[in-house]
Amino acid sequence: MRIVDSLRFRIAALFQRSQVRAEMEEELRSHIQHRADDLERSGLTRAEAERRARIEFGASEKYHEAIQSAIGASFVTTWLQDARFSLRQLRKSPGFTTAAIVTLALAICANAVVFGVMDGLVLRPLNVPKSENLYGTLYGNNSAWQSYPNFLDLRERSHSFEELAAFNFAFVGFDTGKDPAAATGFAASGNYFDVLRVQPYLGRFFHASDEHGINSAPYVVLTYAYWHSRFHDDQGAVGRIIEVNKHPFTIIGVAPPGFQGTLMFVSPDFFMPMVNQTQLSGWDPNARGDTGGVFEEFGHLKPGVTFAQAMDDVDAVDAYLAKTYPREVVAKHTVLATEGLTSFGPPVRAFVTGLMALACLILLAACANLGSLFAARAADRSREVALRLALGSSRKRILRQLFTEAILVSTAGGALGVSGSFVLLRRLSTWQPLPAVPIHMPVNPDAKLFVFALVLALASGFLFALVPVRQVLRANPYEIVKAGSGARFSKRLTTRDVLVVIQIAICAVLVTSSMVAVRGLILSLHSNFGFEPRNTMTAGVNLAMAGYPTDKVPAMQRRMIDTIANIPGVEHVGMVNDYPPLVYASATRANVFKEDVSDRKPANATIMPYTYSVSPDYFAAAGTSLLAGRGFSWHDDRNAPAVAIVNRDFAIRVFGSVMAALDRNMTLQDGTRVQIAGVVEDGKYLSLTETQEPALFLPSLRTPTASAYLIVRSHRDPQQLAATMRLKLRELDAGLPIDLQTWNTLLGTVLLPSWIATMALGVMGFLGAMLSITGIFGMAAYSVSKRLRELGIRMALGATRTEVLSAALGRSLKLLAFGSVAGLIAGLLGTRILASIVYQATPRDPLVLAGAVIAMALLGLLATWIPAQRALSVNPLMLLREE
Amino acid sequence: MTDQAQLLPGTLDLLILRAVSLGPLHGYGILLRIGQISGNALLIEQGALYPGLFRLVRQGLLKASWGTSENNRRAKFYELTTAGRKRLLQETESWNRLAGAIATALAPQPEEV
Repeated sequence: MRIVDSLRFRIAALFQRSQVRAEMEEELRSHIQHRADDLERSGLTRAEAERRARIEFGASEKYHEAIQSAIGASFVTTWLQDARFSLRQLRKSPGFTTAAIVTLALAICANAVVFGVMDGLVLRPLNVPKSENLYGTLYGNNSAWQSYPNFLDLRERSHSFEELAAFNFAFVGFDTGKDPAAATGFAASGNYFDVLRVQPYLGRFFHASDEHGINSAPYVVLTYAYWHSRFHDDQGAVGRIIEVNKHPFTIIGVAPPGFQGTLMFVSPDFFMPMVNQTQLSGWDPNARGDTGGVFEEFGHLKPGVTFAQAMDDVDAVDAYLAKTYPREVVAKHTVLATEGLTSFGPPVRAFVTGLMALACLILLAACANLGSLFAARAADRSREVALRLALGSSRKRILRQLFTEAILVSTAGGALGVSGSFVLLRRLSTWQPLPAVPIHMPVNPDAKLFVFALVLALASGFLFALVPVRQVLRANPYEIVKAGSGARFSKRLTTRDVLVVIQIAICAVLVTSSMVAVRGLILSLHSNFGFEPRNTMTAGVNLAMAGYPTDKVPAMQRRMIDTIANIPGVEHVGMVNDYPPLVYASATRANVFKEDVSDRKPANATIMPYTYSVSPDYFAAAGTSLLAGRGFSWHDDRNAPAVAIVNRDFAIRVFGSVMAALDRNMTLQDGTRVQIAGVVEDGKYLSLTETQEPALFLPSLRTPTASAYLIVRSHRDPQQLAATMRLKLRELDAGLPIDLQTWNTLLGTVLLPSWIATMALGVMGFLGAMLSITGIFGMAAYSVSKRLRELGIRMALGATRTEVLSAALGRSLKLLAFGSVAGLIAGLLGTRILASIVYQATPRDPLVLAGAVIAMALLGLLATWIPAQRALSVNPLMLLREE
Repeated sequence: MTDQAQLLPGTLDLLILRAVSLGPLHGYGILLRIGQISGNALLIEQGALYPGLFRLVRQGLLKASWGTSENNRRAKFYELTTAGRKRLLQETESWNRLAGAIATALAPQPEEV
C-alpha cells in the first residue's frame, strides 16, 4: 500500500513537476511572509522586514534541489539531464558516435542472427504438442534395419513408447489436372498425425483405421504452405481427386499453418499413407532388408520411462531382429534422439554453438574496441572532468553521466543491430538454397530475440563504460588543470593497450578461422571426386512418375539414352539408377561375400561397398577412368553371366592389388555370383569428408529401376544443351517429369553444409577484420593526436621520416603484432574444431598461415595509413606557435 | 547565537515530529515551536526545514493541507499521522536510550577522580 502510494507520489511528482515546484515556491514564500510579519512586529518597515526575511532564508534554489531529492523525483530528472547532456556531447563528436554505434550494431546483429538460428534449430523443439518428449530413431549409418517389417516389429515389441509412427520421403509427380509438377511428400504410417497430436486445419487427417493393406488408402493431406501456393487457399480443394505418379488420390485435408512435418530442415508439400507407396514406386512393404524403407520412427516416451531405458528397449529389439533374420538384418546399436534434426543434430548443434561462441568473441572485441574508445575519450575530456570536479560536481554524478553516454550508444547500436538481424533472419527463413529440395530454415525472429539483443547491448554498454571508471575516480582536478591536456604519455602498459591487444587477438582468431574455412571449401571443390562434374549435364527422370510399369522401364531408358546420344555435341551418355555419387547423400551399401563364404549372414560379409547400378557408357560419361579390365556393354543383361566393376579401394582391400582382382568372383547377398570384369579409379560417394570407401558397380540392365539419372558429357553450352535435351525427351513422351541440372549444381547439396559454414565464418572473419581496422585506427589516430607537439619538436630537431613514424606508430604496431601472433596461435588451435565440418580444414596449411599473417599486416597498414599521413604532415612551426 | 548547538545529523526529523505532535503547524510555526521547546538552544537553518518536511510527508509520517494561518495568510499545515505518532514514540525512546548511554559513558568514572 505504502509502496503504491510512494510510487504514485513519485510518478505524480515527475509529471506534475511544475505544479509541485509552484506549490513548493508558494510554501517558501509563505514562510518568508510569516518571518517578515514577525520582523515587522519588532519594529521594522514592511519592505525592510521582507528584505531581511529573504536574506535570512538564503538562496531558495539550494533547498529546491534538496526537496527534489527528498521527494524522489530526482533520479529521473537528473537522468534526463544526464541524457540531454550526453546527447549533446555525442552530437559534438559525430565520428566517434558513428563509429561506436556501427561497431556495436554489427556485433549485436551478428549475435542476434546466430541466436535466432540457434533458437530455431537447437533450442526450440518441433512445433507439435509435447515435442520435448518425442524421440525418434536416427537415420544414417545405423539405419540398416529401418525397413517397414522391422518398424512393425519395433512397434510390437518395444514397451517404451506410447505409440510409434514412421515416415519416409516420397518424391513424386503431383498432377492437379492442369500443371503436373514434381513434389515432395512424406509417406507416413497411418497413425502419424495421431502420434504427433496435431489437428487438421481443413477436412481430416488419415488414421491407422484407414489402412487395410497395400494401396488401400489413396489419400493426400496437404501442408498449409502447399495448399496456399498450389491451390491458392481454395477451400474446395478438400475432396478433389488429383494424380500422384498418375494414380488417383483424394485430398482429404490440410495441415495447420505451423505444422511442417517431423524434420526441421525439410518442409514437405503433402502427406500420404505409407501403405500406398507401393503403387507409386514399387515399394515392397515386406522387404525386411530394404534399408530405405523407413526414414525415421518416432513416438512419445511413456510417462516414467527414461531415455536410457528406451535405448535399452530398442537395443533389445535390434538384437532380436538380428537373431531372427540373420540374412537381412544387421545387428546395430540404434540411436534415439529428440525428433526434428535427425542425424544432423550433433553436427548442427556443435556448429551453431561454435558460431555462437565466435559471435560472442565479436561482441567482446567490439566491447574492447569501444572500451578503448571511451577510455581515450575520457582521457581527452580529463580537463572538462577536472573542471566539473573542481566546481563541486560529485564523482558519482560524472560517472553516471559517462554510463548514460555508454547506454545511449549501446541502445542505439542495439536497436540498429536488432533491426538488421530481423531483416536477415526473415530472409533466411524464406531462403531456398537448392531449388530441387524443399529446404526450410525454421527461424522466426520473435520477442525472445529482441530481449536477448537488448540485454546484450545494455550489458556490453555497461562493460565498455567500466573501462574509464578508474580513470575518473583517480582524476586529481588540481594536477590536471595545472598540467594541461595530454602532457603525459606514459611508457607504462595501460588498460587501453591491453584492450587493444585483446581485441586484435580476437579479430585475428576470426580472420584465421574464416581463412581456414574458405581454403577448405576451395580444396574440396578441387579435390578428386572420382568423376568429373564439369561439362556434365544430368537429367533425373523417374519413369514411375509418368506411370511406366517396371517391365517397360529398361526399353524406355535405352530409348532415352540413344535419343540424347544423337544430339550433336554430346560425347557420352550414361545412366545411373537412383542418384549419382555424392548427390542427396543417398549412397547405399551392399553386403558382398567372398566366393567361399557359405553362410551369407551380414556379420560374415567380406566387404560393404557403396553400390551403384550403371549403364554401359556411364564411366565415360562420368569421366571415371578405367584402371583395368573392361566396362559394361549392352549385353550385360539378365541373360548374360553376372559381372561387376569395383573401385581400386575394393580391389586392394579384398585382393591386394588392382590386377589381382580381375576375373575373380564375389557373391552378393541374394546369392548371385558376380565376376569382376574391371576396376575403376577411387572416388567420393557419400560425402566429401569420408575416408576412402570401396565401391561396387553393377550393370543397370540387371536391376532396372524407374528412378535414374542420365549423365551427359558435352562441351556445349549447358543452357542450350538442357533445352535440346528437354525437347528431345518430350518428343519421346510429353508426360515425362525431367529434372535437368548440371552435375555441379546437383553437388550443391553435398557442399551445402560446408558452404554455409564457410559463408558464416567468412562473415565472422569480415566482421573481425572490420573491428580490427577500427580498433587499430582508433589507437593509432589517438596516439598521433596526443603526440603531435612532441612529433613537431622532433621534426624541428631534425628527425627523419622513419624516426617520426616509429615514434608515432611504433607502439600501435607493436601492439598489433603482439595481438596478431596471440590470435593466430589461438585461431590455429581453434580450427581443429572446424575440421569436423569444413572439408580439409587443416590449420597446418602454409597458405592459410601466410594468408592470415598477410591479412593482419594489411589490415594494420590500412588502419595506420591515415594516422601515419597525419604524423608525417606535421608542421613544427605551426604546432609550436599554436600551443 | 554562539551558544546555539549544531544539530546532530538525523535529529531534525525527530524534532519536527515532536513539534507537530502538539498540534497542526505550518513550516514557520514549526521552526518557532522547535526554538520554543528547546529553549532556543538549537540552530536550524530556515530553508533546511523543508526538505525534512517533504521527506516525512513522503514517508507517510506527516500529512499536509493548505489552510489559513493566525496571520491570516495562506500556509501549508502539517500534522502527525498515526504512523508518525508511533514513529515519534519509538524515536524518542531510542534517543533517550542513546543519550543515557552516552551520558553514562561520558560521566566521570570513579578511577578518574
